[in-house]
Amino acid sequence: MSLKQNLHNLKEKYRGTKMEQSFNALHTFLYMPNITTHSGAHVRDAADLKRVMNTVIMAMVPVLIFAMFNAGFQHYGQINGFPSGMSFFSTEFWNLDNFWVGFSKIVPMLAVSYGVGLGIEFIFATVKKHEVEEGYLVTGMLVPLIMPIDLPLWMLAVAVAFGVIIGKELFGGTGMNVLNPALTIRAFLFFNWAAWMSGDKVWVHGAVDGVKNAAGTDAISGETVLGTLAANKEVGYSVSDMFFGFIPGSVGETSTFLILVGAAILIASGIGSARIMISAVVGAAVMGLIFNNIVDAGVITESSKFYSLMAFPFWQHLMVGGIAFGIVYMATDPVSAAQTATGKIIYGFLIGFFSIMIRVFNPAYPEGVMMAVILMNVFAPTIDHYVVQANVKRRMKRLKVKTT
Amino acid sequence: MANTSEKEPLFSKKNIGLVKDPLTDNNPVTVQVLGICSALAITAELNASVIMALSVIFVLGVGNVVISLMRNVIPSSIRIIAQLVVVAALVIIVDLTLKAYVPDLAKKLSVFVGLIITNCIIMGRFEAFALANTPWKSFLDGVGNATGYGLILVIVGFFRELLGSGKLFGIPVLGDPVEKTGLYAIGYENSGFMLLAPMALITLGLIIGFQRSRNKNLIETN
Repeated sequence: MSLKQNLHNLKEKYRGTKMEQSFNALHTFLYMPNITTHSGAHVRDAADLKRVMNTVIMAMVPVLIFAMFNAGFQHYGQINGFPSGMSFFSTEFWNLDNFWVGFSKIVPMLAVSYGVGLGIEFIFATVKKHEVEEGYLVTGMLVPLIMPIDLPLWMLAVAVAFGVIIGKELFGGTGMNVLNPALTIRAFLFFNWAAWMSGDKVWVHGAVDGVKNAAGTDAISGETVLGTLAANKEVGYSVSDMFFGFIPGSVGETSTFLILVGAAILIASGIGSARIMISAVVGAAVMGLIFNNIVDAGVITESSKFYSLMAFPFWQHLMVGGIAFGIVYMATDPVSAAQTATGKIIYGFLIGFFSIMIRVFNPAYPEGVMMAVILMNVFAPTIDHYVVQANVKRRMKRLKVKTT
Repeated sequence: MANTSEKEPLFSKKNIGLVKDPLTDNNPVTVQVLGICSALAITAELNASVIMALSVIFVLGVGNVVISLMRNVIPSSIRIIAQLVVVAALVIIVDLTLKAYVPDLAKKLSVFVGLIITNCIIMGRFEAFALANTPWKSFLDGVGNATGYGLILVIVGFFRELLGSGKLFGIPVLGDPVEKTGLYAIGYENSGFMLLAPMALITLGLIIGFQRSRNKNLIETN
């Protein structure tokens, strides 16, 4: 008997017991279930929830791999000096030393994120007697990608538990959550342990421990581009560094190039909404242009503390910080985003718009995109409601014209 | 007095119920969801929670008696103003007492002692109970409701102070976060979110959820 047949037999054995939900989750993870729908409409499509989730994970893999190399690259670069004239395929970047630093930091984060999150999902499924939903597969992958590299694992575990229980299960589980769970987790961490989530000490591995260089001073400072700008200092990274992602930042947010690759996968497979992504980019660009023009008009002078952030060219704003990552992987979350076509455009536009606004005006929240996405998650149902109502009104009018 | 004809013992079962019900199944905070504003605002420290609870017990207990004594002379058209005068007088007494004896704490509670006037529980009990019942019953009802409110304040305050600043009543119980002793030596850190109002609301929500999971009668069906 094959493993498949064995599992089907075991399934019968577990039916009705406490372990049923946990067993089914593992079973369907490996094989197609041997049950078919008995009633109602049948949609024959391979793109079930599991396939959708897996595609999103595929779209994140390039970012994840790059993040592991970048973690080491930033670490050694801060200690030994950065090589100049980097191109995307430089061997200074793609080598095993770099990879090992990132691997040893990011894999434990992944393990904690999945272990705690899925553990809670299994417990809830068993108690509530429903099937284990696949929703956490993507969240679990997103979580390490939006954290600073040196975050203590127990903090991550607490935050994941909070995000999954309060942010998701209390609302009814996968598909019912109002806020994006991954961002709920990040916001929780941000407000709880701000010293670990912001500032210039957390973005490069080793900065917290105070690794010393030969001269005996702190070797690693690792300020992000946005942090540098908020302090009105000169940015030391070239545009290509920012685009390819050779800059400090949250684990997976740095490489705009690979995020664009992910975006292409999501759009091509029809999973991520191109409407949201494009309108968000437009929104961010509009806000950035407004700020640039204010500076050009001479309203804000160099003495202002907002000067550097406002004068930063709008198209470069799109490449630094988490805005690209947020727009592609967070804003497009089908559960918490707006559902209507027009709604998606409004929703995306405002996310981009507010991201840049928060980023510029409140350097205490250097990551504007997190706040912007959470804010718009809350407003998404309202947007949808008014879009639908407007539609109803328009059609009612048409009906009246016809009847009179 | 009006109740002499009934010959009801002072602590009859009904009277005990007046104190006991608001502690659990008819809690003004978790079941009636009143007095939330102050429950969120001043519960970051256990000291403040306890002082606030005691102040409200005093104001509501005494206020209920006063209103009950005056219930037959207050014209119903101006009863809200009459009630406000009574609460205001009592709150000023509490406020000045606190300022005289615990000035530090009074500063921390700041405006919230004054705002006891607007605490929905107080006006609610005046309207719903003291205006229609005898002084003794009103007193028990006032003390019961204020204690129920205080109980929640203390529970929320306990968790917020313990997790938010690692202290209880201002005494460090988890070690010293600067010197890295106790729990802090192994990497524990205080949760800053606990000190912010949103987390107080979530804590309160969890308490409400916990209570309803133990007593299914409290779950509303809609």
